[in-house]
Amino acid sequence: MATTAAPRLPGRDILVFAILAVIIVGVYAAQGSVYSTRVFVEAGCYAILALGLNIQWGYAGLFNVGIMGFIAAGAATSMIATFPSNPAFWASDGPVLIVGFIIRLALGVLLIVFANLSHHVGAGPRLKPLLIAIAIAAAWIMVTTHVEPMAREIEGKATWIGGFGLPVFAGWLLAAVVAGLIAWFVGKVCLGLRADYLAIATLGFAQIIKTFLKNADWLTKGTLTVSPLPWPVPRPEAGEFLLSRALYLSLVAVLIVLIYLALERAYRAPWGRMMRAIRDNEEAAEAMGKDVNRRRLEIFVFGCMLMGLGGAMLIHFASVFDPAGFIDLNHTFLVWVMVILGGSGNNRGAIFGALLVYIIWTMSAPVASWLFDQIRTYGDAWFGWQAPADLDSRALQMRVFVIGLTITLVLRLAPRGVLPEEIPHKQ
Amino acid sequence: MSFLSIDGLSAGYGQMSILSDVVLQLDEGEIGVIVGANGAGKSTLLKAMFGLVNITAGSIRLAGDDITGMAPERLAARGVAFVPQEYNIFPTLTVNENLEMGAYSRRDDFSAVIEGIYRIFPPLADKRRQMAGELSGGQRQMVAVGRALMIEPRLLLLDEPTAGLSPMFMSEIFDRVLAINATGVTIVMVEQNAKQALAIAHRGFVLANGMNAFTDTGANLLANPEVARSFLGA
Amino acid sequence: MDEFVFFLNKAVISGLIIGSIYALGAVGLTLIFGILRFAHIAHGDMMTLGAFVTLVLAGAVSLTGVQSPVPLSLIAFIPAMAITAVVAIGIDRMFYRPLRERGSRPIIIVMASVGVMLMLQGLVRILAGVGTRNMFFDQPKDIYRIALPGTPRELVLTEPQAVLIGFTAVAVIALHLFLTRARLGKAMRAVSDNPDLARISGIDINHVVAATWVIGGGLACAAGSLLSMDVVLKPDLSFNLLLPIFAAAIVGGIGQPYGAIAGGFLVGFSETLAIFNWSVLLRPFAGVLPAWLEVPGNLALVPTEYKLMVPFVILIIVLVYRPTGIFRGRVL
Repeated sequence: MATTAAPRLPGRDILVFAILAVIIVGVYAAQGSVYSTRVFVEAGCYAILALGLNIQWGYAGLFNVGIMGFIAAGAATSMIATFPSNPAFWASDGPVLIVGFIIRLALGVLLIVFANLSHHVGAGPRLKPLLIAIAIAAAWIMVTTHVEPMAREIEGKATWIGGFGLPVFAGWLLAAVVAGLIAWFVGKVCLGLRADYLAIATLGFAQIIKTFLKNADWLTKGTLTVSPLPWPVPRPEAGEFLLSRALYLSLVAVLIVLIYLALERAYRAPWGRMMRAIRDNEEAAEAMGKDVNRRRLEIFVFGCMLMGLGGAMLIHFASVFDPAGFIDLNHTFLVWVMVILGGSGNNRGAIFGALLVYIIWTMSAPVASWLFDQIRTYGDAWFGWQAPADLDSRALQMRVFVIGLTITLVLRLAPRGVLPEEIPHKQ
Repeated sequence: MSFLSIDGLSAGYGQMSILSDVVLQLDEGEIGVIVGANGAGKSTLLKAMFGLVNITAGSIRLAGDDITGMAPERLAARGVAFVPQEYNIFPTLTVNENLEMGAYSRRDDFSAVIEGIYRIFPPLADKRRQMAGELSGGQRQMVAVGRALMIEPRLLLLDEPTAGLSPMFMSEIFDRVLAINATGVTIVMVEQNAKQALAIAHRGFVLANGMNAFTDTGANLLANPEVARSFLGA
Repeated sequence: MDEFVFFLNKAVISGLIIGSIYALGAVGLTLIFGILRFAHIAHGDMMTLGAFVTLVLAGAVSLTGVQSPVPLSLIAFIPAMAITAVVAIGIDRMFYRPLRERGSRPIIIVMASVGVMLMLQGLVRILAGVGTRNMFFDQPKDIYRIALPGTPRELVLTEPQAVLIGFTAVAVIALHLFLTRARLGKAMRAVSDNPDLARISGIDINHVVAATWVIGGGLACAAGSLLSMDVVLKPDLSFNLLLPIFAAAIVGGIGQPYGAIAGGFLVGFSETLAIFNWSVLLRPFAGVLPAWLEVPGNLALVPTEYKLMVPFVILIIVLVYRPTGIFRGRVL
């Protein structure tokens, strides 16, 4: 990546955001304010996801393709934290079993940690791998043998564990914390290795989180879905859709501004300079005595916390927790397009990219359907072509293709995005 | 006109300029030795000749033809071979396969050439089926030079062939260089061990800060007190 | 004894089948990783694409009414391999090579491969639909039953499974001969070892890159087609393949084709053994076991729905304890 900053056009940001404002007004005029407000709440949540990815990729060059996993983890955490409690669960043996599960999990982790430290107490290079293997196997058996009866008991007597009835903001905070903890684990494993490995690990990890949430009925109700999730602002029950959505939107906007200001501050601080130094020349940074992996872990965890938060905000707004609703395309690759199109490394670019791409995204479904309808009509009229019955579901796949095409085209033609990164001048 | 003729060459990596206005002339069949302090641009000069760094000005001519900035694979076809200082073998290929790769641009039967190389470097002959990465440092260096000789080059570029070798191997390598030169190959060699290298050089080139400092015959440079004081550590 | 045959069918043969698929995918992946130095995320979708090409070819021929003694797909996958190989070279020319020539960091090319993955996924789904497809057009598959002495139970192998095992064996031997005997094959190993020195030696990198895509694309097509014949073709196939083939390539050591083959079988067998219900093997001993030790109904190490955990856990363990892979590949 070129570090020589092109001379900045001071008007570029203004122009770009002015165009965006015109588009927003256009959306409101065309779609009505109730629907448009919904679109922009979601777009705002995506802006937070994009900011999280932007610091990972733009600041530190970390390739995270498991955004969906962190979104899902954050959403599930916040759902469980804030949903009203389930009396049937608390009346059953469930709580005791859950405590037992947590104790076994903790013991298992401790066992593996001890096995990894066994060389301190004299375990040789032959013994240590054996101890580690035994520890992993023991931890696995200890935890899995407990899960099945526990799941049976809870699902049988109480369907699922229910929530904890915490305030929504506490749920969002916990969402960020849990996403951050998972990121710490993934980062600890992969960040010391070649950048590609992080991509593979995050991709696989996101699948596993989703599989877990889908199948752990005792924890998430699985395919039965959980709703309605509480809102941090009054819910639109009274019929005042616009007002409550507008309140949600303002909350999202305030959070975006706060996160943006914090990130800009960090970017211009020595910390941000160090991150860029590591990204642009890892060896030189290492030679200067920077602890590269530690800095990377920090930013990876921090970015994933934002993804957990964004995921929680999205799910509460949607009000339904459906584990099958987390999709790589919508929750990972869409965010990627937002960041690289907006301009990797530029937070305003990420916000701009998120808003613009999300608008195009929501408008593209009807456009694709319309386009395929035309193909069906004219194909039939001109060539007597019998369209397949599932043409509509295929039409939606058009978006998969277009997202992929956009990624490759941006990389080829405009690798720096609409609002390129600006390097602060060195004092 | 000299066989190898470099004129006003400036080159570097990306924005960073390393060489400026370097001149080097060498006749066919000669050994040219480039010496100088660390960071003087010796290796960069070799890489520039082999099209591996950005050339910003100047020209390189080989037997009258302009080869400035020519891609390495095309230079190989013109009889120029290069032995880098490090990472100069294919470690998971056998010794024999390393030599075959050196002859990749040849389409004729080169089995006689391979046998010739085993005659120049007898220790390799017994290890032809062994992986090159398993050999000792001196033998790896032989594989590296042998690989370069497979095209039967007209011009051989050697980047510090004795780096990291024990003194015994060092003189052995210099002997081999002389032997290769005796078959008519023109050699340009970068060396840290300036005294021994200049002793076998027809022409010596002393670089400092990416520019020519002294150019003369090897013997004259060794005798030059200023060169000795500043560059030969005596 | 019946239980043991059940074990052979459910664990050993299944492991061999899925291991062959992973091995064929991982070989291409590891060659691309070693020679072009990036993780080719679109490889799983190249396998789906190959299966789709096979389906189209077989479908087109069956429309002409040609009768064939062997199912058409089992023949069509051979030309489909060639087509997929050409497509793979085309993808490289269009999307990866321009970035390489510009000197982009490998991770940028990884990102481009994510873009290619989505494009292939979208394309296959637009053209083939999102549902499942039978590669045999509702014709029954031949099933080979091998009788074993002392038991009425038989070893069961379907026709595509038999072809898959045979094809994998031939492919591994052919690959070995190519890499150790052919000039281009040796050049591939040389580029994988030391790309700069390969250029200096006069090796034309573009030839080597093309050969890499031919092998990678061809084997991906064969693996995808034969897997789809064994079960069904569905566009989501790639998602379940990507993690295991990466795990196999990394276990085997990046840039090590033999390692990738071993890694493929390791991951395949781990998967089938992990989801195998071991209580089946204990049941015959129910009479001799003490009364308090009741054999539970399900003794699988990993529930089937968490099958993906197996390659993931293998991947993580290798990355933590031995990032060079068990066959000492490189950490690029």
